[in-house]
Amino acid sequence: MNIIVCVKQVPDPEAPPASFKVDPAANKVVPPAGVAPVVSPFDEQAVEAALRIKDKQKDTKIVTLSLGDNLVRDVIKKPLSMGADELVLLEDPAFEEGDSWSTAYALSKAIEKIGSYDLILCGRQAADWDAGQVGTGIAEFLGIPCVTVAKKVEVGDGKATIERVTADGYEVIEAPLPCLVTVSNELGEPRYAALKGIMAAAKKQPKIWKPGSGDGDTIAVSADEIGAKGRVTKLEKLFQPVKEAKCEIVEGETPADAAVALAQRLREAKVI
Amino acid sequence: MADNNGVLVCGEVAEGKLLAITLELLGGGRKLADELGESLSIALIGSGVKDLAQEAIAFGADKVYVVDDAALKDYQTDSYAAAMDAVVKSANPRALVLGQTSMGRDLAPKMGFKLKTGVSMDCIELSIDPSSKALLQTRPVYGGNARAIFSTGGMPQIATVRSKAMSALERDDSRKGDVVPIEGAVDAAAARIKVVSTVKEEVEGVKLEDAAVIVTGGRGLGGPEGFQELEKLAKTMKGAVGATRPPCDNGWVPAAIQIGLTGKIVSPDVYFAVALSGSSQHMAGCSGSKTIIAINRDPEANIFKEAQFGVVGDWKQVMPPLTEKIKELLAG
Repeated sequence: MNIIVCVKQVPDPEAPPASFKVDPAANKVVPPAGVAPVVSPFDEQAVEAALRIKDKQKDTKIVTLSLGDNLVRDVIKKPLSMGADELVLLEDPAFEEGDSWSTAYALSKAIEKIGSYDLILCGRQAADWDAGQVGTGIAEFLGIPCVTVAKKVEVGDGKATIERVTADGYEVIEAPLPCLVTVSNELGEPRYAALKGIMAAAKKQPKIWKPGSGDGDTIAVSADEIGAKGRVTKLEKLFQPVKEAKCEIVEGETPADAAVALAQRLREAKVI
Repeated sequence: MADNNGVLVCGEVAEGKLLAITLELLGGGRKLADELGESLSIALIGSGVKDLAQEAIAFGADKVYVVDDAALKDYQTDSYAAAMDAVVKSANPRALVLGQTSMGRDLAPKMGFKLKTGVSMDCIELSIDPSSKALLQTRPVYGGNARAIFSTGGMPQIATVRSKAMSALERDDSRKGDVVPIEGAVDAAAARIKVVSTVKEEVEGVKLEDAAVIVTGGRGLGGPEGFQELEKLAKTMKGAVGATRPPCDNGWVPAAIQIGLTGKIVSPDVYFAVALSGSSQHMAGCSGSKTIIAINRDPEANIFKEAQFGVVGDWKQVMPPLTEKIKELLAG
């Protein structure tokens, strides 16, 4: 079983909201000082989904694939330390500032170059732009079926069985291999990287691919198909919504007194 | 494709009725179409859906494209994409608008890549640029920390819209419109993926989407037992219980009650936020609530920046007397 997992490096979404800043002139997010980027949480769950398959089928090979520029090695190697086998990076300034279209296109070309795959896993959406389209796009470019928002992925007998989250439960879906599945948080917590895994990951070197002819360390894409130049959507404006922070804190001698005072205050304000 | 014209809404039907989000999209779509001076159409895709065409017209549609086929009984990516593709070819719209639902999340990007055009997911506002007639798509990004406005190069311009972001029109049965049946769009044999079964995780009591009062717990509750205490207050106020992501991911409560960016989007009158920090990703699901009341022992928690009323204290000590007192006030 050959699995490819697409993994994105993002600014830490758990960083305090107060540290979040936008540069309105540049239409860009200002990375908060001293907060390291992380693997997008849904992508980590996609890695976990792959590892759960490998737990049962030992002859599984997991390749993770990331795109960007100046990717932080300790961050982007996390899937390796969790148990993935290889890492491929599309690392070049030309890959940056893409939208779902140009990003999915570049990733699909890299997947064609990797060549053998039975299953491709992505997170349901990335924690920065929350677009939730790259997985579907890769599947469409490769011409394979796609199942989105999975909470369970199992493979066997040439097919994948997927539990897809719906508004009031889930549906069980069967898809032929190869197929692409996007993974949701309902899959459960990803495993921690064990010390052994971290040491093994430290020794592994990523393959680094650039745009080019497709030969050697390049993938077959032209510069105007990827990154900012390959976009089909335009970001007109990025801004932070203004919040009025006016919380009335109800106090009391004891927590119970405060609770009673809160109930009375809510009644006065006709909230209840 | 210079002759793209009008706004097309992708309708959704469940249990023989148009979903609330579909009525909202018709309301919002009507405004956009009027601004453009163009028509509003809707695609009704499913099995036994043609009887709903008049209702769609009563809620604002000028034209209803119906793809009614037994093979479309349940949503399935390939067959619905084929049906939608046939409608788009026939309608040739400027904008295609879907709900940010289980189906819209799956179908919208599929249509975008199929039609070689851009998509904006989970929009909270759509408007028309008066000079270029472009569809401006506003959506929360970075887990709700920022908003972005996008435009699309290709046609049609595709967007999904969050529930309750638009308002439905009053039903007007005197409105007139055309019904266009589309035949032969679906080849059931071409469907690559198969829905084997559907499992409903029943949640007892009031549905979250309909509840006027919601009591939501977070990681700070420490386990499933904490939710029993929230259940008491919800019951007293005839409301529903919700949860942030960690309690769902830890299996304390069913995933179906998750509120947030990746769960349900709710906008009740009263929202009790108990032992939860108020992360952007959670607030994305509840910031439309009329009044938010925070109970958290950390005075620095972000939820106090979002709430109108708050008590700083341990939920274990605050919740029982709060429920008791509210019960007393409601009875009196």
